[in-house]
Amino acid sequence: MKVYLDNAATTRLDDRVLAKMKPYFTEKYGNASSIHSLGQEAYIALQDAKERVAKVLGGETESVIFTSSATESNNLIIKGVALANQQKGNKIIISNIEHPCVKESANELARAGFVVELVPVNSEGLVTPEALEKIIDKETILVSIMTVNNEIGTIQDISSLAKIAHKFGAYFHTDAVQAVPYLQLDIKKMGIDLLSLSAHKFYGPKGVGIAYISKGIKVKPLIIGGGQESGMRAGTYNLPGIMGAVVALEISYKERANYLKKTKILKDYFWKQMQKEISGVKLNGSAVKRVPANLNVMFGSIEGEAILMDLSYKGICVSTGSACSATNLRASSVLSAIGLHKNFLNSNIRFSLGRYNTKKEIDYTVKCLKATVKRLRSFSPIK
Amino acid sequence: MALNYTKKTINHFLKPQNIGEMKKPDGYAQIGNMVCGDQLDFFLKVERGRIKDVKFLSFGCASNIATASIMTERVKGMTIDQAKKYKWQKVVSELGGLPQQKVHCSVMAVEGLQKAIADYESKLVPVYLKSPIKKENKVKVSGKLKNAKTIKISKTAKITKSKKQK
Repeated sequence: MKVYLDNAATTRLDDRVLAKMKPYFTEKYGNASSIHSLGQEAYIALQDAKERVAKVLGGETESVIFTSSATESNNLIIKGVALANQQKGNKIIISNIEHPCVKESANELARAGFVVELVPVNSEGLVTPEALEKIIDKETILVSIMTVNNEIGTIQDISSLAKIAHKFGAYFHTDAVQAVPYLQLDIKKMGIDLLSLSAHKFYGPKGVGIAYISKGIKVKPLIIGGGQESGMRAGTYNLPGIMGAVVALEISYKERANYLKKTKILKDYFWKQMQKEISGVKLNGSAVKRVPANLNVMFGSIEGEAILMDLSYKGICVSTGSACSATNLRASSVLSAIGLHKNFLNSNIRFSLGRYNTKKEIDYTVKCLKATVKRLRSFSPIK
Repeated sequence: MALNYTKKTINHFLKPQNIGEMKKPDGYAQIGNMVCGDQLDFFLKVERGRIKDVKFLSFGCASNIATASIMTERVKGMTIDQAKKYKWQKVVSELGGLPQQKVHCSVMAVEGLQKAIADYESKLVPVYLKSPIKKENKVKVSGKLKNAKTIKISKTAKITKSKKQK
């Protein structure tokens, strides 16, 4: 049996999305910047796509920019806003559980002379308004705090945090990559100035990101050239990808209620069974303020990557955000940030459920997981 | 990231050899890696200068388990001198290669083994000193002074031995 429980890493493209993308590869393949009929057909589709994204997000059409990834969107927004608004000040605030693309963008700004401050999270994985208020000041250009954390799935109180940013005249950005469709993203109502999304996290194609940049915010572009996206992001419009992203976003929110219900039932069942079958498991991050698809579990006394590999040979795909996950041997900075003791940093697995998971798959996973944990614990020197 | 374990590595991970604890080992060592958090415990049973048995426990990733498994398989039956010459490069080649970021696992396994051998050797007492020490041990309970003497002798024994080795 094959079980995919790594939906926070990426998702399977929805067949309905693929069907809507296909014509833009072979029939409507015009360049949206061309003024002949084929080009104009693409241009109209592009404008339509932006309108539809804006509608879902409760924002404005002109503010929607398509990029290659959320990584690009985050780079563009963080570096671009900082560099174009230096008259306001020189301070950037991000949380200490941001995705590496946000952290690294901020690091680059720090090297260029900006003051970068990290706002800490509490043991639940949440940024409190008080923590932000403590470090924000009039010099702050931008506050960037992710909506939903990729490792532990915790949900931040975006509206309150945005309010504090605005009180100090700073812009508020949120990396909302893991938030679709768990949160109803209402940009204007929530006070979000800037937002990043990635299509492949919600059953759309890889290689398409969305950057929402509210009107009037100056941004220095990263990629320059033919002046696409009003000069904010050059490069030929990726129409098949853009159409895929839009359709995927619409489907996600159209089917939201059912999906949330199904995921919650499945996750609760999974967690209940896991606790019943395996001793000493512990949930990382807030149990309440988290998306229903995420279970980040600490097993203790056995190593996360060993669990991952053992499950992988049984056909189950999960993830460890933490140490020994190959390229980077360092332990998870998110789990350190919520105060996990170093002895437990390498003993965690992230299970992220998705649209296509079934109860049968969960039963199989629990059965395999039980055997895996038993085997690895049998020869662990840590008791 | 490429994490292509060879078939042999996977086999050793899924069915590790010489895994488990050993009661009353002749040599024991624990080794850890501060960066990735892995840990290995090694147990040695030595008879007439040969590794009669070797066992290990692991808190580590797949390659941590696999490298310790194949290494213990290879050094079992070797003389202590042969085992001392066993290099981490040999572990890597025996497994048919390791992903670059996992090579440190083989280094850790070999270091752990060497540490266990060192522990075994530190407990070794040269033959000519064996009986007097035993006698001292027997009377150890009787008084403080004699206890002190025991410690002194065993220290001398160690020094004598290490000088001899050089």
